[in-house]
Amino acid sequence: MGYFDIEHLSISFGGLKAVDDISFSVDKNEIFSIIGPNGSGKTTIFNLISGIYHPNEGTVKLEGENLVGKTPDRIARKGIARTFQNIELFANATVMDNLMLGRHIFMDTGVFSGAFMWGKRSRAAREEIAHREKVEHIIDFLELQSVRDQFVGSLAYGKRKLVEVGRALALEPKIMLLDEPSAGMNTEEKDDLTIWIKDIREDYNVTILLIEHDMNMIMGISDRIFAMSQGQKIVLGPPREVQKHPEVIRAYLGEEGAA
Amino acid sequence: MDMKRAYYEDIELFKSGTILFWTIVLMVALFTLPLIATNYYLYLFNLIMVHVILAVGLNILVGSTGQISLGHAGFFAIGAYATVLLMTKLSIPFFPALILAAFIAAFFGFILGLPALRLEGPYLTIATLAFGLAIMHIIGHMEVFGGRSGLRAPDLNIGIPQLGWNLTLTTDFSKYYLVLIIAILMVLGAVNILKTKVGRAFVAIRDSDIAAEVIGINLTIYKTLSFAVSAFYAGIAGGLFAFVLGFFDPITFNMFLSIYFLVMIVVGGLGSIMGSITGAAFITYLMYALFKNIKDVPYVGDFLTAISQRWLSITGMDNLSAIALGFVMIGIMIFEPMGIFGVWIRIKKYWKTWPF
Ligand SMILES: Nc1ncnc2c1ncn2[C@@H]1O[C@H](COP(=O)(O)OP(=O)(O)OP(=O)(O)O)[C@@H](O)[C@H]1O
Ligand SMILES: [Mg+2]
Repeated sequence: MGYFDIEHLSISFGGLKAVDDISFSVDKNEIFSIIGPNGSGKTTIFNLISGIYHPNEGTVKLEGENLVGKTPDRIARKGIARTFQNIELFANATVMDNLMLGRHIFMDTGVFSGAFMWGKRSRAAREEIAHREKVEHIIDFLELQSVRDQFVGSLAYGKRKLVEVGRALALEPKIMLLDEPSAGMNTEEKDDLTIWIKDIREDYNVTILLIEHDMNMIMGISDRIFAMSQGQKIVLGPPREVQKHPEVIRAYLGEEGAA
Repeated sequence: MDMKRAYYEDIELFKSGTILFWTIVLMVALFTLPLIATNYYLYLFNLIMVHVILAVGLNILVGSTGQISLGHAGFFAIGAYATVLLMTKLSIPFFPALILAAFIAAFFGFILGLPALRLEGPYLTIATLAFGLAIMHIIGHMEVFGGRSGLRAPDLNIGIPQLGWNLTLTTDFSKYYLVLIIAILMVLGAVNILKTKVGRAFVAIRDSDIAAEVIGINLTIYKTLSFAVSAFYAGIAGGLFAFVLGFFDPITFNMFLSIYFLVMIVVGGLGSIMGSITGAAFITYLMYALFKNIKDVPYVGDFLTAISQRWLSITGMDNLSAIALGFVMIGIMIFEPMGIFGVWIRIKKYWKTWPF
């Protein structure tokens, strides 16, 4: 039994086998990347892990506990946080509120204790302050200070991607699923992101599953890479091995990767 | 990082001296107003404040959580009937009766929230509409509720008669202060709810329910909670409404009232507490003052009544005010989609950058 195990995971949509008997084990504190051409089933794997889809077959186990069948909010509480390929933020809330929402599972202010937040010493205010402090660390870490009180909807694409990473980080997850976090970022932003992802692993002790199309980033950052095509596994191994695999070159990397 | 940063600043009620100053001015105005207002205006203000409470609650559901309700007249009715019946039939003192009635309304809100988990858009609208109609008809057919002939509110004794402590509010003047204080408490409560965990979860569900789920928000709990909170507000408003009116029957809580409530928050500004307040005040004024009195304006009133009787209904005017309200709403939506409150935000922005 490993730390995070996926076993025989399968799901079909209509006749299409989007994820077809996928198995892999991720070690604690690993940066584990998933690559594959468009439509190969990468995002679907994330959706199966986070409980948005339910698999036709297979299990997802975190520290031995099967997560299949649980609702997304329960899975979040088990320690799995994620970002979305197409950004799912709370657009009409500020960056601060988006990150505070990442603290939701740790807070217990209810309707009444919230309504009676009168004065600094009320229960609700004390809880708010404590969590705002935590969130402020994330804001500093991801250098979001300048946009702290802005509405997320008004931010540039790259910044929004980053806020989403910050929100996932606020959940203090064991596992973080990042779905193409660098998409839409310029080179400089990508370099920063690469460093941050490594820091998230080191400083916050998070295991990272990463879907990426940027090959430079993938090769530089990953401990192991899982390559797939049409819902099926091609190869799993360290970057250098995967890079050389003929099927990967053919199915995904093309001439660029062969060079 | 500024280590001394006071995080409480972010959630403080009065973020700046200016806000505090204007709040005090407003409070002084509200508390001295009855000294100069006529009885008619006191009655109107009481209605406005009752509607403010309801609109603030409705806006939590519609504006902040992104659910819809065309059944709020039902919760309003539950609040009114339950408060009065708890007082008259069970001899429960006013305040506990009012709060109990609000919880009863909240319970019904929770029940109505259950189908909201599966229904969306027009389907949810129809379900809530049906709920409002059902409440009206159930009340109309049961003797305990006074049936079609309605119910008279008892004396508004806010003391505890069982302990021999009586304080009966008879005039609109004294009721004004009761309603005002409750309205202020309810508004502040809503401000705080929206600033803390529950309110943020509501907004999260509105903006992206899928993201809300993956950060650990239980949609079942929070959607039904939003309905319950909203219904609680409607229940408190209804309980006060019973005493402001003095007499009410099932027709008082008809479907159009639910629509007017929705108009209040749409016109005022969805998702904004200030918007709920301005919208409730504006629409109540139109409903109860302007359109009712327009009949008496020379020429204009005669003309409108004639049109109304010729084309709309023999009683005249009643339909006309509904139609006029519809036009007001369409006008505001065209020129200021963010509602009256949007105008205010624009003015504020304008002055910030003035004279550039
Ligand atoms: N809810 C769904 N209903 C029907 N088909 C779906 C659904 N979700 C995914 N699919 C299909 O499953 C296949 C895999 O999709 P997926 O989004 O996982 O690909 P991907 O590897 O993430 O691709 P990309 O690199 O473009 O993001 C695609 O053919 C897609 O159309
Ligand atoms: Mg994808």
